[in-house]
Amino acid sequence: MQITLFHYLTVAAMLFTLGVFGIFLNRKNVITIMLSIELILLGVNINLVAFSSHLGDMTGQVFSLFILTVAAAEAAIGLAILVVYFRNRGSIAIDDASGMKG
Amino acid sequence: MIIAILFYVFAGTAVFSAAMVVFSKNPVNSVLFLILAFFNASGLFILLGAEFLAMLLIIVYVGAVAVLFMFVVMMLDIDYANLRQGVQKYLPIGMLVGGILMAEMILVGGTWSFSEGRNDVLASKTPILSDVDNTNAIGNILYTDYIFLFQLAGLILLVAMIGAIVLTHRTREGVKKQKIHDQVRRQRDDAFEAVDVKSGMGLK
Repeated sequence: MQITLFHYLTVAAMLFTLGVFGIFLNRKNVITIMLSIELILLGVNINLVAFSSHLGDMTGQVFSLFILTVAAAEAAIGLAILVVYFRNRGSIAIDDASGMKG
Repeated sequence: MIIAILFYVFAGTAVFSAAMVVFSKNPVNSVLFLILAFFNASGLFILLGAEFLAMLLIIVYVGAVAVLFMFVVMMLDIDYANLRQGVQKYLPIGMLVGGILMAEMILVGGTWSFSEGRNDVLASKTPILSDVDNTNAIGNILYTDYIFLFQLAGLILLVAMIGAIVLTHRTREGVKKQKIHDQVRRQRDDAFEAVDVKSGMGLK
C-alpha cells in the first residue's frame, strides 16, 4: 500500500473544500469565517509541501513558510479589526456591517 | 505499511476535525478542532519529510495563532446562538459551491501529469538527506536565494504588529496619567505669580 502524491493532494483538496464550505455556511460568524480561511491556507500548504517532497525541490517548503507568515499577519489584523468592530457595535454579526454602503 | 497507517490516521483526523471546525455550534470547540487539524497536518508534514515546517506549524499556529483566536473568542461576550441562525438558509448554496469546487478539483486531479523534463527546471534541488537535514536545507536557500522575500516577510509581520496595536489602542477619558511632555514644558511663570502686596491693603 503505497502512499503517493495523489493521496496528499486529496487530503489538501478536502481541507480546501471544507474551508470554502465553512465560509458559505457560517456567513454571520466572522470568527468561524476566519477559522475557515486558516483551513484553506492549511490545504494550500499541504499541497505545496507534497509537491516539494515529491519533486525534490526545496522551494515549495520555503514558499509554504511565507504563507505561514502571511497567515499569521492576517489573523492578527483580522482579530484586531474584529475586536474594534465588537467594541463599536456590540456584536460581530457581519450581516449588518453596512456602514460603508458597499 | 506503517507509513500508510500513519498517513490514513493523520489524514482522517485532519479532515474530520476540519469538518468539525465548520459544523460545531460553539466557536471554542471550533478553535480546539482547528488545533487538532493543525497537529495532524504537521504529522502529515513529517511523513513528507518536512520536519522544520511541521514544528513551525505547531509553534506558530497552535502556539500563537490558535491561542490568539481562543483569547478573542473567550474575551468577547457574543451571543453565538443568534449567529447560528441562517445556517439552514446558506446550506444549499454552500453545498453547491463546495460540490462544484470538489468536482473541478477531481477533474483536474484526474487528468494532469508531470512533463518529461521536470527534473531540469527545479529551482533548488533537495539535497541528499544524509548530508544535510531539512532545517539546514531550508536555511541554505532561505538566507541566500530568498533573502529579500525573507526580509519582506519580516516587514509584513512588523506592519501587522503595528496595525493591530494601532487598531485596538484607545485613549481612555478620565484616567490620570503622567504627561512627561507637559511636565518638562512647564515654565516658572505657569506655576506661580509674584504679587507686590502693599502693606495694610491685603490681597484682593
